[in-house]
Parts: sequence; structure tokens; C-alpha cells
Amino acid sequence: MQIGTRKLFNRSFTFVSIVSIVFMSLALVVLLGPIFVKGSSAFIFRATIEHRELMLDRFGRGDRAAVEAEAARAAAARAPVFEAIRAFEAQLDTASADFRSQYRSDYTELRSLMLELLGPGPGEEEPVLMRGQYGQTRWDRARIKLQEILFIEEYDYSDSSKMGVKVLKPRVDRFRGTSLEPAFALLENDAEEMLRPRLTWYWRFLFDDSYDSHFFGGIWPEMLGTIYLVIGAMLFAVPLGIVTAIYLSEYAGESHFVSILRTCISSLAGVPSIVFGLFGLAFFINTVHVSPSKSVLAGALTLAVLVLPTVIRASEEAIKAVPLTYKEASMSLGASKWRTILTVILPAALPGVLTSIIISMGRAAGETAPIIFTAAVSVGKPLAVWQTLSQPTPALPWNIYNLATEHQAIDEIRHVQYGMVLTLVALVLLLNLTAIVLRARISKKLRG
Amino acid sequence: MTGMSGPEETVEETQGTFGAPLAKPFPKARSGGPQPNGDPLIRAKEFSVFYGTKAAVDRVTLDIQAGKVTAIIGPSGCGKSTYLRAINRMNDLIPGCGTAGVLSLEDQDLYAPDVDVVALRKMIGMVFQKPNPFPKSIFDNVAFGPRIHGLNERGTLDEIVERSLKRAALFDEVKDRLDHNALGLSGGQQQRLCIARAIAVDPKILLMDEPASALDPRSTTRIEDLIGELRGDYTIVIVTHNMQQAARVSDMTAFFYEGRLVEFGDTDQIFTKPRAKETEDYITGRFG
Repeated sequence: MQIGTRKLFNRSFTFVSIVSIVFMSLALVVLLGPIFVKGSSAFIFRATIEHRELMLDRFGRGDRAAVEAEAARAAAARAPVFEAIRAFEAQLDTASADFRSQYRSDYTELRSLMLELLGPGPGEEEPVLMRGQYGQTRWDRARIKLQEILFIEEYDYSDSSKMGVKVLKPRVDRFRGTSLEPAFALLENDAEEMLRPRLTWYWRFLFDDSYDSHFFGGIWPEMLGTIYLVIGAMLFAVPLGIVTAIYLSEYAGESHFVSILRTCISSLAGVPSIVFGLFGLAFFINTVHVSPSKSVLAGALTLAVLVLPTVIRASEEAIKAVPLTYKEASMSLGASKWRTILTVILPAALPGVLTSIIISMGRAAGETAPIIFTAAVSVGKPLAVWQTLSQPTPALPWNIYNLATEHQAIDEIRHVQYGMVLTLVALVLLLNLTAIVLRARISKKLRG
Repeated sequence: MTGMSGPEETVEETQGTFGAPLAKPFPKARSGGPQPNGDPLIRAKEFSVFYGTKAAVDRVTLDIQAGKVTAIIGPSGCGKSTYLRAINRMNDLIPGCGTAGVLSLEDQDLYAPDVDVVALRKMIGMVFQKPNPFPKSIFDNVAFGPRIHGLNERGTLDEIVERSLKRAALFDEVKDRLDHNALGLSGGQQQRLCIARAIAVDPKILLMDEPASALDPRSTTRIEDLIGELRGDYTIVIVTHNMQQAARVSDMTAFFYEGRLVEFGDTDQIFTKPRAKETEDYITGRFG
């Protein structure tokens, strides 16, 4: 080949490599960037006085005197609004039937929006659901609510050649001339005074119980469920996987049967995870009855079956990669085969085996489909260890899906969902990072 | 079987060495220490080793004498390494490897079905072509053998490790870093460590498979000196490519060619007055 052509090939190869690396890095940034930015909104946000009151009531956190003083200032700022409301209600009671029918529906809508923004006013009865007992705890959500109160969204279809155009109409127009009118100006101007937003670092989001379908609190039940499932799956998959890998690499030889076995294990790795979920339901719950219904145990077993092929194949490769000379040296000193495996081969294969385990942990943490039928529920309390044998649990991947698809008011709590996604991604990244560090350290120790 | 002692005695003796009884006692006269020179120790009679159907060692009859250094020379692929590895049954690790004829150690057939390979290998230490210390500390490398034979007492282990390292002329170089990883040693040191590791289980026989071929000349000299020092205490069988080395270190020399034993005799005689034409051609460098 001509030297010019060779150089050209070399250069274009380098170029293609660089392009693909840049492309991958970009993809990573595009993928992870929004996850981190949006996810962090669950941890760092401008919390209103309602948030601080909630923390005090439910978790006993914060300085009671300070919070109460601040709440009193907020209540003072809100007082004129509630005054206007009471005045309007009195007006409604005494007014003519015409007046009542004119304002009834508009007022009902406004009243419920107000309740969502500020919570129940002084002297009003406490609603049953927790979400009714507090106003907006987050300033970003409060501003959206405020917008909804101040403006009515309408669509203008007057131009028939176009689709409807969204127009915002001030709600105050509906109440012109009533005693409610001044409330709108107050809300528009003094909302900050009423809610007192303050930048808050809510790291306890990870470790707080969730309240009222994730409207308040954190994601600890989901975190704990995921941790239980991962540890449980590893308890089953690791010993079984390593023993199988030892058998395949050291004892099985190269018979026809063994090659079929290997093919089966590889195919198992390619089976869609939802099939594992159905298998877990049909086998572990309905046939073996490991638990009366869904449970962490059944989910862990299902996840173990899912990651088993990965553990086996990777461990087998790691064991096969141990130099034959180690084995020879050990055998020549009179070590039995079992002894050689235990004292020489497994320690030398440890970096590879560990990597396979930790990557499997990441996989088990993130899998959704296998736990749908076997372990996951959408709402639950954190479980004690012994309860995992018989009880289902919320878990991060399933609850992300569940919030996105089945929650009645997901728009109100997007930040919880984003927080869960960030937590899950961070958990998996952390596991992978541990794998890399551990592997590097052990390899270094082995190299001397 | 004249060389076999009674079963009770044997058990006692194997227990006496390292505490734990071996699954099946292997006849063992004496280990270490000076041995009576000249008695045949490893006897091969019409012994062959097959890889599949191909005979790598072809009907070899050879008596290796106790307490002497026996060199096995020959061109690549002549079966000398295979023969060496047949003595401690390392060929068992290779799938499809079979034997014919008799190979015996002190009149015990090494390939009899009731032989305890573990006990056999404990008696026969081996040093490989490429230094192969475990990725463990220097101490753990030497203590590996005693440990697998059931010795765990720290004081005794310390003693064995020190004695073995001294015997392998390595102790002074490594005494301050016994807990360092063995892979941090130089190639020559690693090979001497492997010799120390083999000595630590107190074998009778040392098999050396081209122990210096991966080393630089200075390290080679040290290994050769070491073989000289170990002579008499151990029966040493050394496979080598290097004819000068064979001439320098060995008492007896066997010349293998294409799987057959061509000539066996005193080293002086082989290198000065070879009887066979092939031997002469090989040692004068006409082939190989």
C-alpha cells in the first residue's frame, strides 16, 4: 500500500474515533444534564412558610418559635384577603337569587384555587386530606397557582382559519364591584409576603417518609425498597453465580451438554425483563408460594434470576483469565483442585467478579418490569427487615413509572418524580463508580 | 514393592510432617537431607505420554538416580518437558493426555489408580520456565505450601519461610519486605522465590522446567549456583535448552529426540564421548 494511502487511512480512523467520542459525550450531557438540573429541584427550591410549618408539624424540625412568628407575619399579610372572602360570602348570603346564580360557580372555582394556594383560612375547618391542610409549600408551584387565580385561560376561536388562540383574561373582571375585588390586587402584590419563600436545601428528601401520595415529604420508602431488592437479589445471585461460574470454567470441561448449557445462559441474558416479571409471578408467588402475594422476597428472587446470567458469564470470563501458571504453581505444591480455586484462582479473579456483581447491582436497582408483578406497590411505609419476607414495597423505578402514568395530580408533584429519577441515576452511577474504584484498587494490589 | 513402608508408619510420618493426615498416604522414605546417591529413584519403563493419539514421549526407559542432578536436553518438541511434567502428573491438567508403560517412584507406580496425587506432588516440587509467584506477599508465597498441608502456626511458618528463603539464597535480599507483593521482585528473584516456595513443603525431588530460560545471564548464574548448592539434598531433574548449562550443573544427562530417549549417561561422557550420532550432532550444534 502506498504510504500516502496508509496515512490517509490512519487519519480518517483517528477522526472517526474522535467524532464518536465527542458524540457520546454530548449524548451523555444531553441525557444527564436535564436529569440533574430538574432532579435537583426536589432538593433545592424556594420553600414557603407552608413547607416550614409542615416540617414542624410532621417531623418536629425547625425552631418552633421562629416558625410560628413567621407564620403569624404571613397570617397578618393574608388577613385582608380572608377578610374580603368573608365579606363576599356575607354578601352572597344576603344577596338576591340573581346575584347568587351569577357568582356561584365562579366563586366556587376561585375558592378552591385559593385553598390550594394558601391553605384553609383562620377559623375554617381542616380538610381531611393533607394536601388540603397546607397551602403551596414550593414557591415555583405557588406562582403557577397565583397565575391561575389571577387569570382565566380561554381560547379565542373567532378567526375560523386558525386554531384556537389562548388568551388570558383577568379573573378580577368577573368580580368587579363586589367586595372580593380588592383581594386580587392584594394577592398580586403581596403574595411573597403571604408565603415568605426562602431558598431551602431539603436533603432529607431522600430520607423522609412520603405523605398523601407524595404531595409532601420524601422518597425514603422507595429508596429503602430499592436497597432491599438489590441486596436481596445479590444474596441469591452472587453465591449461585460464582459457584456456577467455577463449575463451568473448572469442572465442566467441553462436552456437548456444557455448550448447550452455556448457550442457554447466554439466551437467558437476552430474555426481555417483563418476561422475568411474569415468570417471577407464576413461579415464585403462584407455584412455590414464597409469600402470600407480592413481596420483596419474591421480587429479589426474580431480580436474581434476571442478573444471574450476567454474573455467571462475567465471573466465568474473569476466572478463565487467571493465568494457568498460578494454577500450575498451586497444583505442583500439592494443593487440591478445590483449594487451588479457593486460595489462588478466586482471589486473582476477584476484580472481574466484583465488577460483574456491582454492574448487576446497578441493573437490579434500575429494573422496573420484573418487580411490577412481584414486589412493587405505589404507596407504602418503609419496611422493617423481617417484613420483606411477606410484604411488598414501593421502589424507585416502579414509582417513577407509577407517578408519571397513574398519579391523579402529577403536575403538582413533578419535582418528586424528577427527584426520584435523579436519585436512581445517581445510585446506579455511584455503584458503577464503586466498581471502577474497587477494581482498580484490587488490580493494583494484585500487580504488586 | 520393596520401598514401601507399612501403612501405619506411613500415616504417622505424613502426619508428623505437617500435622494433617493426607487423604491417602504416599510412601515416603525420607524427605530433604542428604540422600544415598546412585539408587534409582524415578524409574521409567517403556513409558509413553500421548496427547490424543500423538506420542509426545515414546517408550522411554530411564532411571533417574537419587541425590543427583539429572539434566534432560534435546531440541524443541522432543518431549523433555512432557516427560518432566509426567513425573509430578502435571499433565493431568491437560485434557486428552494419556500414558502407557510404567513410571514409578520408589517402586510405587505413579499412574496407578489409587495414587494420591496431592501427596505425590507434595513430595515433588516444581519450578517452571516462567517465574510464577502468586500475586500475594513474599511470605504468603513461601508459606502457601505448608499452609495447604495444614500448618497454620505462625512461629513454625516464620521458621519454614526463613529457612526456605535462605536455602534459595534470597533471604538477605527480601528479609525487610516479606509483606511486599512478590510480583514486585525482579525476574531472577521471582524464580528463586519459586524455588523457595517449592522447597518449603520439604520435597524429595525438584523438577525444573528450563528454570533460567526467561532470565538474564546474571540471574541465570545465580540459579545455577543455587542448583549446585541444593545438589545432594534433593534429587533434581532439570530440563534445559542450554547445553552449557546442562554441562555445568548436572551429574547425569539424558538426550531426548523426537519423543525417544537417545542417550543417557554421565554428563562428562555425554558431552565428551557421545555414543549416538544424534547426540553428537546436537551437542556440536549441527541441529536444534
